[in-house]
Amino acid sequence: METNLCVAGFGGQGIMTLGKFLADTVCHRTEKNVTFFPSYGAEQRGGTANCYVVISDGKIGAPLGEVMDELIIMNEPSLKKFLKTLKSGGTLFLNNSLINCEVEREDITLIEIPATQMALEIGNIKVLNIVMLGVYIGYTGILSEEAVWKTIEENLSRKASLLPLNKKAYEAGLAYGRERRGK
Amino acid sequence: MTRIFMKGCEAIAEAAVRAGCRFFAGYPITPQNEIPEYFARRMPEVGGVFIQGESEIASVNMVYGAASSGTRAMTSSSSCGISLKSEGISYAASARIPMVYCNVQRGGPGVGAIQPAQQDYFQATKAGGNGGFRMMVFAPSTVQEAIDLTYGAFDYADRDRNPVLILADGVIGTMMEPVSLPEMKPESEIEAIKQSKLKWACVGHELDYPNRSWIEPGHWNTADMQKANEEALKVYEAWEVNDVKVEEYMIDDAEVVLSAYGISGRIAAAAVDKLRAAGIKAGLIRPITVSPFPYSSYDKIDYKKCKGILSIEMSIPAQFAEDVKSAVKERCLVSTCLCSGGNIMSEQAVIDGVKKIMEGRV
Amino acid sequence: MNLIYTRTKTIQEDKVSGFCPGCMHSTVIKLIGEVIEELNVVDKTCCITGIGCCGLHMDYIAYDTITAPHGRACAVATGIKRTNPESLVFTYQGDGDLAAIGLAETLSAANRGENFTVIFVNNGIYGMTGGQMAPTTLIGMKASTAPAGRNAKEHGYPMHMCELMNVLTAPYYLVRTSCNTPANVTRTKNAIKQAFKNQLEGKGFSMVEIVTSCPTNWGMDALSALDFIQDKMLAEFPLGVIRDKSKEAD
Repeated sequence: METNLCVAGFGGQGIMTLGKFLADTVCHRTEKNVTFFPSYGAEQRGGTANCYVVISDGKIGAPLGEVMDELIIMNEPSLKKFLKTLKSGGTLFLNNSLINCEVEREDITLIEIPATQMALEIGNIKVLNIVMLGVYIGYTGILSEEAVWKTIEENLSRKASLLPLNKKAYEAGLAYGRERRGK
Repeated sequence: MTRIFMKGCEAIAEAAVRAGCRFFAGYPITPQNEIPEYFARRMPEVGGVFIQGESEIASVNMVYGAASSGTRAMTSSSSCGISLKSEGISYAASARIPMVYCNVQRGGPGVGAIQPAQQDYFQATKAGGNGGFRMMVFAPSTVQEAIDLTYGAFDYADRDRNPVLILADGVIGTMMEPVSLPEMKPESEIEAIKQSKLKWACVGHELDYPNRSWIEPGHWNTADMQKANEEALKVYEAWEVNDVKVEEYMIDDAEVVLSAYGISGRIAAAAVDKLRAAGIKAGLIRPITVSPFPYSSYDKIDYKKCKGILSIEMSIPAQFAEDVKSAVKERCLVSTCLCSGGNIMSEQAVIDGVKKIMEGRV
Repeated sequence: MNLIYTRTKTIQEDKVSGFCPGCMHSTVIKLIGEVIEELNVVDKTCCITGIGCCGLHMDYIAYDTITAPHGRACAVATGIKRTNPESLVFTYQGDGDLAAIGLAETLSAANRGENFTVIFVNNGIYGMTGGQMAPTTLIGMKASTAPAGRNAKEHGYPMHMCELMNVLTAPYYLVRTSCNTPANVTRTKNAIKQAFKNQLEGKGFSMVEIVTSCPTNWGMDALSALDFIQDKMLAEFPLGVIRDKSKEAD
């Protein structure tokens, strides 16, 4: 079993952090193999940012495949760029707070999340990526919810004051994801 | 072993520190910046020295100096930056100074592309600088292998008194994987390694004419220069016998053999599994040392069964394929699967290339 | 009988210098050797030799030496000194090596305030390669690559390395001397000694620029070359201490 995931959005949306928290959890709290590969451009700010996470029971070949099983898309330019890479039957997690255009594919599962709006309601736009991470875990169940939270907690240990906010964001995301899975 | 999650560049730097590297000089260039940045944080913790040089040229020459004092020393760069370093590498090879350097390859030629490539193969394996010297060149295909090869590289450098190259690429350098790290060499061992070089190291000696240190990257006398090159040749020839490292994967019954190194090698390995699952008897020869090249591995192929070899690399025109062809010696077809300029090898392109061979469409 | 002068032991007796008649490299190498002996630091001396005629001394000096690629002596010295701070490290470089191809390495080492010594032998021309124009070639002076003589419009002006370094904050001691008279030879030796002492005391970067001759490539005999130094070279490159931080008020 191998899962190829691409996370994409604007620079500054916490794309790399989302991917790293996932991959870090696989490394430290499972026996599976995992790779994290950031796609880097020449710009330091702005532009699109994306990263690839491959989670596998076996050996991993390319750390970025050509065909994705799942996409987490945070903005419109990324949707245009990456939608064609999603396999038929794949799942698209879409931040529809920032994306108004139609998703022109019938052969995929579309999970729309008003993630930016949810983050703002929780109190800080910066937890957008944690909301999305929660939704992804709540929906797919690819990793245990507690294990991912432990990773977040450890990585934020030096900024402990941010933990309650992130907990709220993660749980809101989880609830949203679980609910969508139930449908 | 505890698994930790590390980026290739940082893993290479930590492996070097654990192997006793106590001097690093480098210069910024994408995609290897995490190597100097890591050393900048790490060296003060272990009593080592980090310097950001004013150029790649200055950095490699600082390493040439530090290594000449007996210290385990390293530099790194990427492609066009490696070209600038070739001056210092050639001097170190001529003067027989042990040092380690890493090329996190990017697209080329020229400034090329900042994205990953494998376009420095000839430069790495045949002509790392002027004068026709050779080096051991290790090509990791995973972050763990990058760690293990870097850790061992310092021993080879010291044994041979020669530069050693870690030939990585932008994927290996920037990706993260679970790894386990080798033990940190104790200070006493690192000091003993340095002491063992004091006989020739340039650190000052008692007034004793024949036994002073004279580090010579050249000779006025042509007979002396030829002798030095003949001595170096003996070292190079010994590698062919003792130090070849290669992964041979399911080649015994192979109808088609894939061959690739570094990041392409790992993608080819995954393709072999998929091809086997689809009923095609594929195998893989993945050189881990691209210098010395594992020529004899290609003698193990059953050429009565094998329809062809697919040589895979992220370089246009092909370079690695030239060594594959030398090894195959026209015993069967060798075709290539290539990409370049910062594009990453596609597993599907590899599978398509194999199918073409199987269907006789090459 | 009192022994008042003897050959320095830092120069091997059975070796013959490769320098041309009238060349001052021999003088400077002798002075460096005497200072090394007087300071009793032979066993910790490392000489980083540049490329060009300055490399001709390697055969007959008796202390440790390493050849740096052309222009890179200060980078190599940085590597050696940082990993063996107790060594006495100096570079020995000509004008092409130090001020043309090695300008970045030289100025960057000075700017970092590296704790080693640069001995800069400035004779205004490339020697070993056959009299090509150097950054320090005088206006009007003929060179094999400036056959009509250096002209400012095309080639710019002679480069003053001590003065260039004097705009940097880190260098500790910058001095220009010559070897054209016995008095200047003595001053040169004192300057080298001062520069080495600075290093041994951890004061930082010192450079001794020594204005010398190249009779062969200047196309004159040794004595005329001495006059040329006095009349022309020193008019362009005035002697003296350009900076000495030990003399500056705290």
